[in-house]
Amino acid sequence: MHELSIALSILDVAGEEVERRGASSLVGIHLKLGPLAGVVKEALLSAFDLARENTAWPEVQLQIEEVPIVAYCPRCQSRCGVESPQMLCCAQCGTPTGELVSGQELDIVALEIQ
Amino acid sequence: MMTQTRLVEVRQKVLKHNDVAARALRQRFHEAGIFVVSLVASPGAGKTAFLEEMLRGLRQRWRVAALVGDLATDNDARRLARAEVPIRQITTGTVCHLEAEMIAHAIKDWNLNELDFLFIENVGNLVCPSTYDLGEKLRLVLLSVTEGEDKPLKYPTIFHTGDVAILTKIDLAAAVEFDRAAAHANIQAVRPGMEVFEVSAKTGTGMDRWMRFLESTAGVKAKGDIANCSG
Repeated sequence: MHELSIALSILDVAGEEVERRGASSLVGIHLKLGPLAGVVKEALLSAFDLARENTAWPEVQLQIEEVPIVAYCPRCQSRCGVESPQMLCCAQCGTPTGELVSGQELDIVALEIQ
Repeated sequence: MMTQTRLVEVRQKVLKHNDVAARALRQRFHEAGIFVVSLVASPGAGKTAFLEEMLRGLRQRWRVAALVGDLATDNDARRLARAEVPIRQITTGTVCHLEAEMIAHAIKDWNLNELDFLFIENVGNLVCPSTYDLGEKLRLVLLSVTEGEDKPLKYPTIFHTGDVAILTKIDLAAAVEFDRAAAHANIQAVRPGMEVFEVSAKTGTGMDRWMRFLESTAGVKAKGDIANCSG
């Protein structure tokens, strides 16, 4: 599993932001995670617990917001939900679509700093 | 007095360092006019055999090289060396995937201008490699007929990041009662419109068609007849 590498990257990128903003401490990291990012939420949370121990903020919390897959349906000509990650077709009309609007997120969207 | 905690909005990709490294690689590949193809699959799907046949076929007319990622051993690199093209092993230790920095490091003393094609064989794994851009132009997802036709449904993310699906060991399809139609339908369900090729590196079945597609996608002009890849 690569969740430990991902957890270390999260702490790296957050650490750079903390430094850039001249903050003294990092309390929380808010992450957006899509179902097609290839990352398992539970595994990431456990990996994060390990990874944070060797940082300047061993108590930092990770908040994960799971976002749904949204695609563009060429037939409805609008954004649509999909059946499932295994069935990328419009939830309304069933047309297959690979045009993703969201679902691959692995983004830090906010930090709680002091 | 307690220090105030404040919430600040940021927009950072977790893998931005990898993305930056991959973009730099893509730029270098583009400038050198080299077509880069990566291969992902589960362990034992036949990546190395397929790659070996491709290298043998292409090297007659093109300058080709390959990077091979594995957790340990250089067995695959030694095996591929039989195709008599430059091969370099990337041993990742405990890391279950290749990252853009590893590619940059592996090719740092290679003159890319002297190459037409570069192949990158990822570590055998259908989960982790999907998240990491390697700067490649084409990502192949290999699925062997012995693995079962529902693999795409179990690992949709890797199929979603792939450009082309390769069904390998097609010579064994009948023996394992592989349901071709179901496999194709499952691939289209997770990745509508994905190109699929059925091949056997062992018998050469389907290799010509695949190589023709590869060469035309790469935009390189064939100097002679399409290579005979049946070895």
